[in-house]
Amino acid sequence: MLKSQKNKYTKEDPLEHDEYNFAYLDEQTKRMIRRAILKAIAIPGYQVPFSSREMPMPYGWGTGGVQVTASCLCPTDTLKVIDQGADDTTNAVSIRKFFEKTANINTTDDTNSASIIQTRHRIPEEPLKEGQILIYQVPIPEPLRFLEPRETETRIMHALEEYGLMHVKLYEDITKHGHISTAYAYPIKVEERYVMDPSPIPKFDNPKLHNNEALQLFGAGREQRIYAIPPYTKVISLDFEDYPFEPMKAEAICSICGSNSSYLDEIIINDKGDKSYICSDTNYCEKRK
Amino acid sequence: MNNILSVKSLTKTYGHQIGCNDISFDLHEGEVIGVVGESGSGKSTLLSCLAGRLKVDKGSIKFKSRTDVKEELTEITEVRRRYLSRTDWAFVHQNPRDGLRMDISAGGNITERLMALGQRNYSSLRSKALNWLSKVEISTERIDDNPTTFSGGMQQRLQIARNLITEPRLIFMDEPTGGLDVSVQAKLLDLLRKIVIGLNLSVIIVTHDLGVVRLLADRLIVMKSGEVVETGLTDQVLDDPQHEYTQLLVSSVLQF
Repeated sequence: MLKSQKNKYTKEDPLEHDEYNFAYLDEQTKRMIRRAILKAIAIPGYQVPFSSREMPMPYGWGTGGVQVTASCLCPTDTLKVIDQGADDTTNAVSIRKFFEKTANINTTDDTNSASIIQTRHRIPEEPLKEGQILIYQVPIPEPLRFLEPRETETRIMHALEEYGLMHVKLYEDITKHGHISTAYAYPIKVEERYVMDPSPIPKFDNPKLHNNEALQLFGAGREQRIYAIPPYTKVISLDFEDYPFEPMKAEAICSICGSNSSYLDEIIINDKGDKSYICSDTNYCEKRK
Repeated sequence: MNNILSVKSLTKTYGHQIGCNDISFDLHEGEVIGVVGESGSGKSTLLSCLAGRLKVDKGSIKFKSRTDVKEELTEITEVRRRYLSRTDWAFVHQNPRDGLRMDISAGGNITERLMALGQRNYSSLRSKALNWLSKVEISTERIDDNPTTFSGGMQQRLQIARNLITEPRLIFMDEPTGGLDVSVQAKLLDLLRKIVIGLNLSVIIVTHDLGVVRLLADRLIVMKSGEVVETGLTDQVLDDPQHEYTQLLVSSVLQF
């Protein structure tokens, strides 16, 4: 078949023919998402609705994060993608490949040399710096969702700063378990105004949200919300005076690099149930070896 | 007179249907007013209008705040209304499920309002919850149980505790004893009377049970088809009803 006779629906690899726009999304969509991002940065912690697009991956795989990343990417960017801290898990690998293909950008495992980091459920151990963007994949952006199912009501509660209910949840935690048992997606208050769900990061990572030098963006694809924590923003984890917030990690050291300060994954190593602990941040662990 | 609430020509319609029409009355501090009438007479519409749950079409509702300022409730902001409704007011629903969080423990239910007001000390919240549980005669051992495990009467008493913890000054009650069996009703009424008199609360209680108002209310408002047909002291209205509807209502009560 002659090239000129080909229509765009022929079943060949479309990428060969440059039929996808840079970073998959069309320019108008990226502009729409950028507007939402700018609004989110202007109102730290506020959930900005946006018209989420269908992405070539299922919901729950980071469709929100991917759309935010696509809208932030420039051809000169270096992208790092992590899933639970690891660079080499399915989700991270697929998303990295997706952008290598559709945006033809450089990718890296190195936290320090990445300009954009898309993450699922972790903040890298290595401190982030000015100019970097950390993009979170968010399953459920509404921190009050499981306490108040009505979206109309939660929006009013945010608007009027009625956050007593959030403490009811923490009260229930202490009542049932003797301490605040919420271990991930631990609710925070941003810049003394909005209560926000930091996505399911372990509460170990919560202190890193505070006063971070990098821009932190949160994208929820299915729920169609984008929110942000701008650099150097005050972030407080909610707690009680007599039950203060405590970050938590396994009481062990990494069996690969020996770190005693990084967040650890627990691994069952045999049928007897013996355990071993390793850093969840693979790049951090690699560098220390 | 020292009015906590003054209602003037309050009107609420649902399209062509009249909810309540041209209603005026004053509620004095520490007074209990009973609103009686048959189903569909506009009692609950009136209560919802007063509590700001429905938008009023015409008329004025003046509320005296803690600082002795008269606030026009039909004109206050949503922020203020919600603030008042969790501090100065209480709303006791007929069905406790409407007023409680069923998947939150009794203690959490009772202290929610305090946490909403910014109290952040777990131990002191807990001791306040225990205190209120005993005030409404629920065993303090049940503090960590969910209301789903409570009987109807206990749920209703829990709802009252949850509402009264911020020491509200104005209580709206919508058939608080409906759906309870008679002996539980009697106990609840006894408790309500003790609390209302003890804390000198102002109460508007909507019911179709004349026994309830005879026991609790100082004054009565009798409603029919959205209009007030008779008002007066409770015993006066019940013992010497003037309007024919009131006469029918009083004579319909079963006598033992």
